[in-house]
Amino acid sequence: MSDLRELYQQVILDHNKNPRNFKKLESANRTAEGYNPLCGDHYTFFVEMDGDTIRDLGFQGAGCAISKASASVMSSTLKGKTRDEAHALFDGFHKMIKGEVKPDEIENLGRLAAFSGVSEFPTRIKCASLAWHTMNSVLNEDASVVTTE
Amino acid sequence: MSSLAEVTPNDSIDAAFDVHRIREDFPILRSTVRGKPLVYLDNAATTQKPRQVIDRIVRYYSEENSNVHRGVHFLSEVATNHYESARKTVQRFLNAASEREIVFVKGTTEAVNLVAATFGRANVGPGDEVLITAIEHHSNIVPWQMLCEEKGAKLRIAPANDLGEVDIEGYRELLNDRTKIASIIHISNALGTINPIKEMIMLAHDRGIPVMIDGAQGVPHGKVDVQDLDCDFYAFSGHKVYGPTGIGALYAKERFLEAMPPYQGGGDMILSVTYEKTSYNALPYKFEAGTPNIAGAIGLAAALDYVSAIGADTITAHENDLLVYGTDQLSAIDGLRIIGTSKNKASVISFVLDGAHPHDIGTIVDGEGVAIRTGHHCAQPLMLRFKVPATARASFAIYNTRAEVDALVASIAKVVEVFA
Repeated sequence: MSDLRELYQQVILDHNKNPRNFKKLESANRTAEGYNPLCGDHYTFFVEMDGDTIRDLGFQGAGCAISKASASVMSSTLKGKTRDEAHALFDGFHKMIKGEVKPDEIENLGRLAAFSGVSEFPTRIKCASLAWHTMNSVLNEDASVVTTE
Repeated sequence: MSSLAEVTPNDSIDAAFDVHRIREDFPILRSTVRGKPLVYLDNAATTQKPRQVIDRIVRYYSEENSNVHRGVHFLSEVATNHYESARKTVQRFLNAASEREIVFVKGTTEAVNLVAATFGRANVGPGDEVLITAIEHHSNIVPWQMLCEEKGAKLRIAPANDLGEVDIEGYRELLNDRTKIASIIHISNALGTINPIKEMIMLAHDRGIPVMIDGAQGVPHGKVDVQDLDCDFYAFSGHKVYGPTGIGALYAKERFLEAMPPYQGGGDMILSVTYEKTSYNALPYKFEAGTPNIAGAIGLAAALDYVSAIGADTITAHENDLLVYGTDQLSAIDGLRIIGTSKNKASVISFVLDGAHPHDIGTIVDGEGVAIRTGHHCAQPLMLRFKVPATARASFAIYNTRAEVDALVASIAKVVEVFA
């Protein structure tokens, strides 16, 4: 159960129950769909870009606790960030959930550190990364449906 | 050593059946997962293998390995005899009229593809219809969908009710002069529903429509008699009935196999080849191009012998006891809802839990050593029908016990604890 507590940290359970920015964003000028066919996780992200800056972010959809909490935490983290800052966070997050960063580097990731336990559960990495992959496609202006399969 | 009499068959409703002795046949059931004893409840995905099957495959490769149907040397004859004897075992197991009606395939999926690509291509034309049901596995949807697309034909779907049963009246109404084949799942892998296939076959035959049965979940859970059913095609996979992966069988009535064009071309399926013309081999070899899965077929025969020795009725009774007990225990959990509540069910329990996604349920119960399946179970249209993105599914086999059902229930309590 200790590994599981590590996976299902309070931050994740809280964001799963009460996802932030869980709405369709009327001001969005970009949308992208993220879909994980294996478990049926399916989200749409609404992004308001102002030049290179993410002005606002919302999402809707359904999926497991890890995927939903990840989308929620990501949406609050990326608000106001530039494209480059977002890419850097994505990079750090991705390395962390794959277990490729040292403990002190995890601290630099702030709230995202709540997902560090995912690295112990290889089958759940794609749940945690779905939102980020989808957001990445928005930032790269690739409008197709993103899957983590 | 404890004598038989000293072992209490406390999990069984049949006094002669001792589940603990059965468990000793399955080496993997002694293993631990994450420090806990393995509780394997993912049998609808694949079953574990008894020593009798594992040893048989080892013996084949250690002592009998050779190619079949060619060569005059001793080992080739030994391998051929065992391979063909495996076919007879399948024939007897299904009560087919002749071993010419048994084609070895990779599994149910290949069997459906074979029938769609041969019988289907030869008989389904523009404007024709193929009838399936709303509770099919993707393997009995997609091959027909591909055929219909190619031919300009229409795939029709017999509806299901809220219990997860096919609406027989709706099915009957969809049978018409344009229907060239009906292909029906015997037992739903996602819900456990046992279709009244005998009645459904009769209804189709009344209109002269041939019927294929996807028996992937049918064969593991009870007696299948293809002559009594009068089905035209019946397919199953070895690995879901305690046999190896990569082997299964297609039963087809001889007159259909005779009329059907071959599936794949190559060695073994021919009588003679010139660059101008090839004449095809006799049944069933016409449908077995290339070196077959010899070890697989022999392993499958060992699995069917194993199952036959226990007896279909004993298996059905034991699994039904677990189904009834499991249904009672799981239903008692607050916020748990069972999807698929037909009166006529095999030992499959699909469920959802308020506040916890099936994928999270799967991870948490795995932490307790309990293996269940989570997801759409290769039945996405069915998930849509029940308005759930996915379910968690426990499926029971001959070696499962009531104590394992209790372990599942206890592990779900942990899920509730995390997500409370």
